[in-house]
Amino acid sequence: MVVSAEPRHLADRYDVLIVGAGPAGMAAALGARERGAERVLLVDREVEAGGILLQCIHSGFGLHAFDEEITGPEYAQRFFEQVLDHDVDVLTDAYVMDVTPDLRVKLMSPAVGVTTVDAAAVVMAMGARERTRGAIRIPGDRPSGVMTAGLAQKMVNLDGYLPGRRAVILGSGDIGLIMARRLTLEGVEVVGVFELLPHPSGLTRNVVQCLDDFAIPLHLATTVVGIHGRERLERVTVAPVDDDRTPIMARAWEVECDTLLLSIGLLPDAELVRGVGAQMDPLTGGPVVSGTMETTLPGVFAAGNVVHVNDLADWVSLEARVAGEGAGALATGARRPEQDIRLLPGDNVAYVVPHTISSDGTHTLSFRVRRPIHGPTVLRLGDVHRHKVRAVVPAEMVTLKVAPRLLADFHGDALRVDAVPAEEDER
Amino acid sequence: VTTTTGTTGVGEVETHAYLCTGCPLGCRLEVDAVDGDVVEVRGFSCKRGERYGRQEHVDPRRPLSTTVWIAGAMVRRVPVRTSDAVPKGRVVDVAHAVRGLCVRAPVRRGDVVLADVLDTGVDVIVTRDLDAIAPTDAGAGPGC
Repeated sequence: MVVSAEPRHLADRYDVLIVGAGPAGMAAALGARERGAERVLLVDREVEAGGILLQCIHSGFGLHAFDEEITGPEYAQRFFEQVLDHDVDVLTDAYVMDVTPDLRVKLMSPAVGVTTVDAAAVVMAMGARERTRGAIRIPGDRPSGVMTAGLAQKMVNLDGYLPGRRAVILGSGDIGLIMARRLTLEGVEVVGVFELLPHPSGLTRNVVQCLDDFAIPLHLATTVVGIHGRERLERVTVAPVDDDRTPIMARAWEVECDTLLLSIGLLPDAELVRGVGAQMDPLTGGPVVSGTMETTLPGVFAAGNVVHVNDLADWVSLEARVAGEGAGALATGARRPEQDIRLLPGDNVAYVVPHTISSDGTHTLSFRVRRPIHGPTVLRLGDVHRHKVRAVVPAEMVTLKVAPRLLADFHGDALRVDAVPAEEDER
Repeated sequence: VTTTTGTTGVGEVETHAYLCTGCPLGCRLEVDAVDGDVVEVRGFSCKRGERYGRQEHVDPRRPLSTTVWIAGAMVRRVPVRTSDAVPKGRVVDVAHAVRGLCVRAPVRRGDVVLADVLDTGVDVIVTRDLDAIAPTDAGAGPGC
């Protein structure tokens, strides 16, 4: 499946240029082609397209995009086959260094050297990167054996190395849970998963199928407070935390291990989009985007984890298709939909994407709640729309569809998005 | 799974607890069984939940994904999965049976690397294409 655009095929001008060929970039390429863009270039820094999907060998992908549960590599390959069918140019092993406000894209690769390509529209689809030990400042030694869960996943699933023999996992995000199971199946002893919060960060399905199935203990409201070992990790100190998340050192204990995996969250890999001067949202760490996923810089679109960290690749692809369609439409001369309504995170909502919408368009709003509500919940869009769901948890992104008919009688310029228990929802 | 037992006129009722994985609600299910036969499922909020509780008690199954060695390809491991879910109790055995296998590039998505693994009636299949590359560039693993 390794396909790289031959340098001689690389044009110096494209309708739509997409940075990143993961689940977002590939879907954006399809969206752009379907909306009339003739020349689309997909660029990725790895030697093949697919992004992080290639190391996500577990199933759980495709339920929304393909109506079928498949693994990450299968999801990547299906998308990539469609990308090739749609005559998209693909340039891998290439790094985008800079994008100027007039959409000149400077890229570098062993095959083409340093070159500049002009684009009528650009889609930023660089995804996210993992938070590391530095982000949470765990005190102690600096031995080998401390790494992010995603790095361990790459070592095991692509390179065929085990990171150690006895592992502790900090953080109950999905990657950490998946790796607890993966290491167990490969014969590594997983001593336990420690989670700072009083509830798991990952999907319930993963708590059950990755931990409970293998009797791996999950310690909630507990964290790693010390790392010990000269050359190699020898043990960690763990401690329960109080309601303010302060470790209770009197109740700390030590756990022997040679490996500590960190699954402590993802951050949008947004340097490139920040660098071009797009306005950023401090709540998501990604750019501010319109209903067509266009940033505040005209012609620069963004989608997927670079905008906000999703929990399903399927959501990423659906959102990126919107971005690709927007970019394709703009590149072929369509009028930009007027963004007449701002969306604001309200009660129990951490952020909302997109940040603005057009009242004459159909949109899917994505947001995350701050606190779990274990029962009937009302999702409110100002006074114009109420939608009831069974429950909401921070680990699972919430989506809400908005159609023009809901906004026909609305004449304001901003709508708040709330997620409240049904009994508190008073009209 | 916690088990509490009580007696009725007909036989011993065992109550088993499961966490439903169908949606964010994460319903705590209780399944009553007499001699292994499910007599009642409680705690669900939808039909899917009831079905899940019954299936989890009678015949819990899991899909398995793992990797095998590949020679002559750009990477050292190729991802594989079971063609269907396997009984939960066999997952570790199947993973161990597959771990040391080695295939040679090229491989195509859907290629069978091991048929009817451990007599489960389930095949182990490749989940991605990998082309053969020049031997000098290949990263063959120690298993090959």
